[in-house]
Amino acid sequence: MYNIDIKNIRNFSIIAHIDHGKSTLADRLIERTGMLTQREMQSQVLDSMDLEKERGITIKLKAVKLVYKAQDGEDYILNLIDTPGHVDFNYEVSRSLAACEGAILIVDSTQGIEAQTLANVYLALEEDLEIVPVINKIDLPSARPDEVKEEVEDIIGIDCEDAPMISAKDGINIDDVLEAIVKKVPEPTGNSKEPLKALIFDSFYDTYKGVICYIRVFEGTIKPGMEIKMMSSGKTFEVAEVGVNTNKHILVDELKAGDVGFVTASIKNVKEATVGDTITDKNNPTDKPLAGYKKVVPMVYCGIYPAEGEDFNSVREALEKLQVNDAALIFEPETSVALGFGFRCGFLGLLHMEIIQERLDREFDLNIIATAPSVIYRITKSSGDIIEIQNPTDLPPTTEIEKMEEPIVTASIMTPTDYVGAIMELCQNKRGIFLNMEYLEETRVVMHYELPLNEVIYDFFDALKSKTRGYASFDYELKGYQESELVKLDILINGESVDAFSLIVHEEKAYERGRNIAEKLIDVIPRHQFAIPIQAAVGSKIIARETIRALRKDVLAKCYGGDISRKKKLLEKQKEGKKRMRQIGSVEVPQEAFLTVLKYDE
Amino acid sequence: MKEISLYIHIPFCMKKCFYCDFVSFENKDNEIAKYMKYLLKEVSLYKEKLKEYRLTSIFIGGGTPSHINEEYIEELLSHIYSHFATSSFMEVTIEVNPGTFDYQKVNSYYKSGINRLSMGVQTFHDHLLKDIGRVHSKADIFESYDILRAVGFRNVNFDMMFGLPNQSFEDIMTDLNIIKDLDLQHISYYSLIFEEDTPMEKWYREGKLSLLGEDEERSAYHYIIKALKEIGFNHYEISNFSKDNYQCRHNRAYWEIRPYIGLGLNSHSNFMGERFWNHSNLGEYYRDIDCGKFPIEAKETIDIKIEIAEYSIFGIRLIEGINKEKFKKRFKKDIESIYGDVIRKHINNGLLEDNNKNIKLTKMGLDLANLVELDFFL
Repeated sequence: MYNIDIKNIRNFSIIAHIDHGKSTLADRLIERTGMLTQREMQSQVLDSMDLEKERGITIKLKAVKLVYKAQDGEDYILNLIDTPGHVDFNYEVSRSLAACEGAILIVDSTQGIEAQTLANVYLALEEDLEIVPVINKIDLPSARPDEVKEEVEDIIGIDCEDAPMISAKDGINIDDVLEAIVKKVPEPTGNSKEPLKALIFDSFYDTYKGVICYIRVFEGTIKPGMEIKMMSSGKTFEVAEVGVNTNKHILVDELKAGDVGFVTASIKNVKEATVGDTITDKNNPTDKPLAGYKKVVPMVYCGIYPAEGEDFNSVREALEKLQVNDAALIFEPETSVALGFGFRCGFLGLLHMEIIQERLDREFDLNIIATAPSVIYRITKSSGDIIEIQNPTDLPPTTEIEKMEEPIVTASIMTPTDYVGAIMELCQNKRGIFLNMEYLEETRVVMHYELPLNEVIYDFFDALKSKTRGYASFDYELKGYQESELVKLDILINGESVDAFSLIVHEEKAYERGRNIAEKLIDVIPRHQFAIPIQAAVGSKIIARETIRALRKDVLAKCYGGDISRKKKLLEKQKEGKKRMRQIGSVEVPQEAFLTVLKYDE
Repeated sequence: MKEISLYIHIPFCMKKCFYCDFVSFENKDNEIAKYMKYLLKEVSLYKEKLKEYRLTSIFIGGGTPSHINEEYIEELLSHIYSHFATSSFMEVTIEVNPGTFDYQKVNSYYKSGINRLSMGVQTFHDHLLKDIGRVHSKADIFESYDILRAVGFRNVNFDMMFGLPNQSFEDIMTDLNIIKDLDLQHISYYSLIFEEDTPMEKWYREGKLSLLGEDEERSAYHYIIKALKEIGFNHYEISNFSKDNYQCRHNRAYWEIRPYIGLGLNSHSNFMGERFWNHSNLGEYYRDIDCGKFPIEAKETIDIKIEIAEYSIFGIRLIEGINKEKFKKRFKKDIESIYGDVIRKHINNGLLEDNNKNIKLTKMGLDLANLVELDFFL
C-alpha cells in the first residue's frame, strides 16, 4: 500500500488565516480518504494539544499520510503537512512548506483575504509551491464567494476559475479539493539512489523513543540501522525506526526520495534535531545541505517566577520538560530583588510566550508571576564594546552608553477602511512610521508600517483588536535594528526601586508609561497603615508620582457569638491572600500588580 | 458547677432594616406561635446536655423580640428556669425596639426576671432613621424610654449607629447631647457595616450613598469615645461603653471565648470544643426538632490552636486588652511564646501596647484592629 511510484505522491500543506477553516478541512480530508473511522474522528484531529484546540490554532505541526483513489482510477499518496498558523512560528511554517510541492490556500468566503493569508502565500511562493486556492464556508449566509474569488485573483494573482467551493464544516465538495491536489500539485522529484538528503520540518520528544523527527526525503533513502548525520550540528545517530503517520504511527522498511515520514534515532533533545536541519548518510554524505536552515532565535523575553518561592525547582523542571519539545524556548536562572529566584525566558513572540505561560499553569499546575516582556536591545558602550541586553536591570549606567538600538519590524495591517484613521492614530502613538497603504478592494486596505518591536509587545494586539472591533488582522517580521533614544523606567514603591517593574522605553514614552503604571498600582496595592508613594523615575529624575492613601479604618464594629465563625473565615481568606503577596520593603504587593502593569487600557 | 450563657433568637420584625443581615422575617407573624413552641422544644433537648451547668446570662435577641406578644417571652423564660440551674447574679437581656411595646409588655418582662433592656435607637434624627429603614421616630424613642423607666429597669442599653448615609458630624454631636441627658447604663455605638446581600450594601456599591469620608468617620468615632467618657461611660470594647459595673456580661462571654448555647434559627453555640450553628431555614429547623434532633446545620472543631487564636482575636477587641496572667492560666503558655513576633511587630507599627500586665490596642490600633487580628490568626 505504501509502495507507490514517486509520480503518485503529492506533498502539500494547507495555509490560511486564523479561523478560515484549516484544521476543519484537514479533518475532512482525513475522513474522506478513509484513514480514520467516524468513531475515531475527533474534531480537529491534527491539533492535538488542548491549548491548540481551545485557541483554534496549530502550534506543533505534524504530517499525515492519506491514500486516495482518484477519478483517473489510480491510487495516490497524499502527504498532508500541517503548519502552525501564527506569525510567531513563521520559520517553522516556512520549513514545513519547504517539505511540499504545493499548498492549498483556504480563503474564508465571508471575510476574504486577511493579513496572514497574504503572509502565508508569500512564504509559499518563496518555496516555489503551486498554490491551490479553495473557497471555504460557502454554507454561511454571508458568504460572497464570487467577490472573494476576484479578490484572490486581483491581489494574489492566481487563477480561481476552478477553485473548489467548499464548506469544510458541512463536508461539501471535499472531493473537489482532493482532485485539485492530485491534478495541480506537482509530483516530487528526486532519486532514491543518490546520497541521503532529508529535511527535518518538525520534531518532538517522546518519552519512550526520544526525539521523533518528521522528515521529507529529497534524495536517497533512509532505513533503520543506518548512521545519519545532522548537517548543522555534525551530530551522528543510528536510525532506530522509520515510519509514516496515518491514524497511528506505522513502521516501514524505508523512506525514499519524495516520501514524508518520521525517523527515530535515540535522540535525547529536540535541540539535536532542530527544524530546518538536513539529515544525511554519515558514510555517504551529500555535499550540500538543503538551503534555508536558520537557528531560531528568541525575539521576546520575560522573567518567569514561581508565585511561591518553594516552587522554584518545579518551575525549572517544567521548563526543562517543555524545552525538550520546543527548541525555540530558552531560559536561564535569574534573581529579582522583588520576586526572588526565577528564570529569564526567551520566546519566538508574544503568542509563544503566552502559550508557555499557560502550559506552565495548566499542564504543570504552577502558579507563576511573569514580568513585562522585553526585546533585545543593542548597546554600544563608550568603550566601544557592543552588548545585547533583554533584561532592563542589565542596562549599563547612562554615562557608559554611547548609543542604543532597538529592533524594528515591518508590519502589515489589513483592515476595513472604516478603521484606517484609528489604526493610523494607534501606530503613530506606537512610534510607527507609515510606509504605504494599498487598496485590496473598495472597502479594505492593507497598511504597511515600521514599528519598534518593543511597542508591539506591549499592548499593540489588544489595542488593535479593541480599536477595530476585531476586524483588523496583523502580521509582522523583523526588519533590523535602529538607533533610538531609550531610557530605563524605574518604578519606586515607598522609595524603593522594584526591579520587576523596570522597563526600557522610548524617552518620549517614559512619562506616559510611568504615570500609567503608577495609576494602576494605586488600585491594586492594598492600602497600608502608612501612605505609600508610587513613583516613576528615569535615572534620578522622578517623572510621575501617585500616593496610596494610608488606611485609616480597618475594623469590624460588631463581633458577637455568631460573628466569630464568620470572622475566622474572613481572616482565613485574607491570610491566604497575604501569602500571595510579595514583600517589598514594608509594602505588601499582590501578584496581580505584576500583571496589571502589562494590561492594555482603553 | 460550670457556667454557661444562653442566646435565644426571635426572628420576627415589623420591617427589616436596610442594613440588617440577621435572619429575620418581616411578614411571618402567623409563624410566631409555631416558632415559639419549637423554641420550647429545643430548650428541652438541651436539658440533659447542660445538667452540669448553670446559666450566668440569657440574651433574647432578634429580629425584634419586643415585636411578639409578651406571653411568649414569659412562657419561654419560665420553661428555661424549670430546665436549667441559674446563677444568682444572672443577667437577662431582651432586645426591644422603640414603639413596639407598652407599659404592660415591659412590666411583664420585668416580672419574668429580665433585668437588662437593650433598645435599638440608632440615632435621634427622623430623616436618618428613615434612610436606614427604621420604623420608629425620635418621639417613639422618648416615649419608649419613659416606659422603661416607669417600670423600673435599672440597666438600659441603647444601640447607636454612626457613619450612616446623610449623617453629618453635627448629627452625631446632637445624638450625643441627647444621650447626655438620659440615664443610661450602657451604650453600643456601631460604625455602620455594609453587610453582603443587604439593600444598603447594594446602594453602597452603586455609589448611591452620601457618607462621611474615612477620616471624618474616624474623627467621629474618636469624638464619641471622648464625649461618652465625659459623661461617665467607660470604653470597654471597640464599640461598647458602660457605666461602672454595667458591662454586658453576656457579650463578654463571647469575647472571652466562654461557653454559650444559641437557641432558635441560625443561632451559634460554643460548647465543649465545638462551634455549631442552627439551620437558618425554618422548615429544616422544625424538621430536626420533630425528629428529636438538635437542629444543627454544621459544626467545627476548635482545637487548642484555634482556641488560642480566637481568644486573642476577640480578646484584643476589649479595651483592657489581653491579660497576660489570664492567658497563661488558661493556655499554660506565655502569650509572648506564641505571639512574640506579632506583638513586637504591632508595637513597632503603633497598633499595640504592652503595659506589662496586658497587651492592648492603641488609639490607632482601635481603628485598624483587623491588621492585628489577622496576625493572631495562625
